[in-house]
Amino acid sequence: MTKEISLEHVWVEFGEFTAVHKANLNIAGGEFFSFLGPSGCGKTTLLRCISGFQEPTRGKVKIGGQDMRGVGPNKRPTALIFQNLALFPLRSVADNIAFPLEVRGVDKKTRRKRADELLELIALPGQGDKKVSELSGGQKQRVAIARALAVEPDILLLDEPLSALDLKLRQHMRTELRAIQKQVGLTFIYITHDQGEALTMSDRIAVMNKGKIEQIGDGKAIYDHPTTSFVASFVGENNVLDGTVLSNDGKTMKIDAGLGTPFTVENHPAGGPALAPGDACHLFVRPEALRLSKDDSAINQFETNFVTEEFEGNMRHIVMNASGTDLKLSLINDGTNAIDANAPVKLDFAPEMGIALKPGELASA
Amino acid sequence: MRDLFYDLVRRNGMAVSIYLMLAVSLWVFILIILPQLTMLDYSFRFNLPPAKIGGPEDVYTLDQYRYFFQGSGASDGLNTLDIGILFKTLLAAVFVTVFDLIICYPVAFVLAKSSTGAKARLLVLALIVPYWINEILRAFAFRILFGATGVINETGMGLGLWDTPIDFIRQDVALYAGLAYAYILLMIFPLYNAIESLDRNQIEAARDMGANWWQVHAKVVIPYAKPGIASGMTMVFMLTSGALAAPQILGGPSNLWFTQLVYQWFNSGGNWPRGSAYAMVLLIVCIALVLLVMRLFKVSIGEIKQ
Repeated sequence: MTKEISLEHVWVEFGEFTAVHKANLNIAGGEFFSFLGPSGCGKTTLLRCISGFQEPTRGKVKIGGQDMRGVGPNKRPTALIFQNLALFPLRSVADNIAFPLEVRGVDKKTRRKRADELLELIALPGQGDKKVSELSGGQKQRVAIARALAVEPDILLLDEPLSALDLKLRQHMRTELRAIQKQVGLTFIYITHDQGEALTMSDRIAVMNKGKIEQIGDGKAIYDHPTTSFVASFVGENNVLDGTVLSNDGKTMKIDAGLGTPFTVENHPAGGPALAPGDACHLFVRPEALRLSKDDSAINQFETNFVTEEFEGNMRHIVMNASGTDLKLSLINDGTNAIDANAPVKLDFAPEMGIALKPGELASA
Repeated sequence: MRDLFYDLVRRNGMAVSIYLMLAVSLWVFILIILPQLTMLDYSFRFNLPPAKIGGPEDVYTLDQYRYFFQGSGASDGLNTLDIGILFKTLLAAVFVTVFDLIICYPVAFVLAKSSTGAKARLLVLALIVPYWINEILRAFAFRILFGATGVINETGMGLGLWDTPIDFIRQDVALYAGLAYAYILLMIFPLYNAIESLDRNQIEAARDMGANWWQVHAKVVIPYAKPGIASGMTMVFMLTSGALAAPQILGGPSNLWFTQLVYQWFNSGGNWPRGSAYAMVLLIVCIALVLLVMRLFKVSIGEIKQ
């Protein structure tokens, strides 16, 4: 069973402080939906609104079409996985998993059976009698998931559950979480500040900043076609140039970014609000969109000087300077991209790879 | 012992270490072990006039303990009066301890989990301030409060709840109230310490998984706070069963506390060996009871001291 969730004009205010600013969205049943944003952006508050630990100041949280106001966290069809997992240290693994059944008065034998089934699901068969402290980080993670699934909730809420794990395990758990979600077919709502997690696992992502939802879309839309400066600078690496729109014919814009010839940038239909000639703008070009010019006739070409290079094996991360602005450039290490450190180097980018947006707040690095 | 000393020296330097070792040994030996040993020795002797002490009649005997069990009567009779008082005292102490637990747990929980910073400090202060008043003074205050013309009777009758003054003293209501009040802090603080270290998320996780408030406490908070509960209950029980001032002042005329018997043997009875024997009986029975209960609830001493 899965239920859709809708947030209708949800505001959460703590005194003067607005934690969530008019959140409006629908999450379909069975979707893997992520809230992505820096710490303090309101994503955890929003999650607490859905799980019932926080009542919105204004607006409605609906689950399966039903208004959840006044329904306590113990009565909602949601299960929350905490950042620190919050497993019960005094209980065995099986007793942890069966806790939701225990409080519902399910008898011991049925509880144990269900716990064993779930241990099977999370690939920890026969480990039910272990103490929680005897498990590794990844195993605890899976036990927390099993515990949340014990009563077959409609919606699983995950509050940065992977942040305590080391990198390798985190990457492994991403795949595993996604697999579990596919297997049980539940709605997963995932909170993270790690864009890698959000992009790899989610069907859709809501990027949040300072209590506001900046953009909702699938990973590709968010990465390739951000609609605000914040999203463009928060998700992935990005170079930002201040520019002015010279012309806009609806399909392409000419933008003067102070680097010689004006740049030609495509308008994207799903992009941000249209820019008119004379408007100031932020021009974003991703490090992987910048390339070394093969010849002098390339479009959007400009001259730069080498600053520094960071070598990462498969990729080379190079910093170039263009008239006082440092630009990051990522090149595949395939032996074809030699850079002369002592002479000007010409770079260019394709018109569809430039993103021009209204100037707005940038994510702090 | 040597390792402990070297460790102390390494951490604190020679002078401080010697002072610490000396002070602690003196404390333990002179103030605790020595008097208790003397008391134990006394309890195995006859009550002799000073002239005969050290003489041929001054030998070890079980007579004082025999008296507690059999009284002065025939050798097969039981000293039902004194044994009865002991049991009544223990029962009353258990009751006071459980009562304290019931009223202190919510306070400790709110203090530990719902209040922060200045509010919590103010609450703690409010709990402590009454204890700046002398214990005997507080007991007398309770006597006045519960007296025939005390505030409670006056209010009750004024509101028409009852017509004639209720004798709270004779009913032992005043005694139980006074005892329960006397050691409340010793219950609250161990509970507070235990609950305070419980991760908030555990409570929320339990809520989220469908537990109602009662289940949250029964299945998550209380098991976690068990060492604190045991610690608080032990202290309150030991101090209540050994209390003298409150029973003396608030006890009904017909109700003797076991400590009052001990007191009587020492003072008006002038029989120190018998008083010592009675005190030993109380001590041993109390310790045994505490250990038994701890065993029953699977708490180890090691957990308590945390």
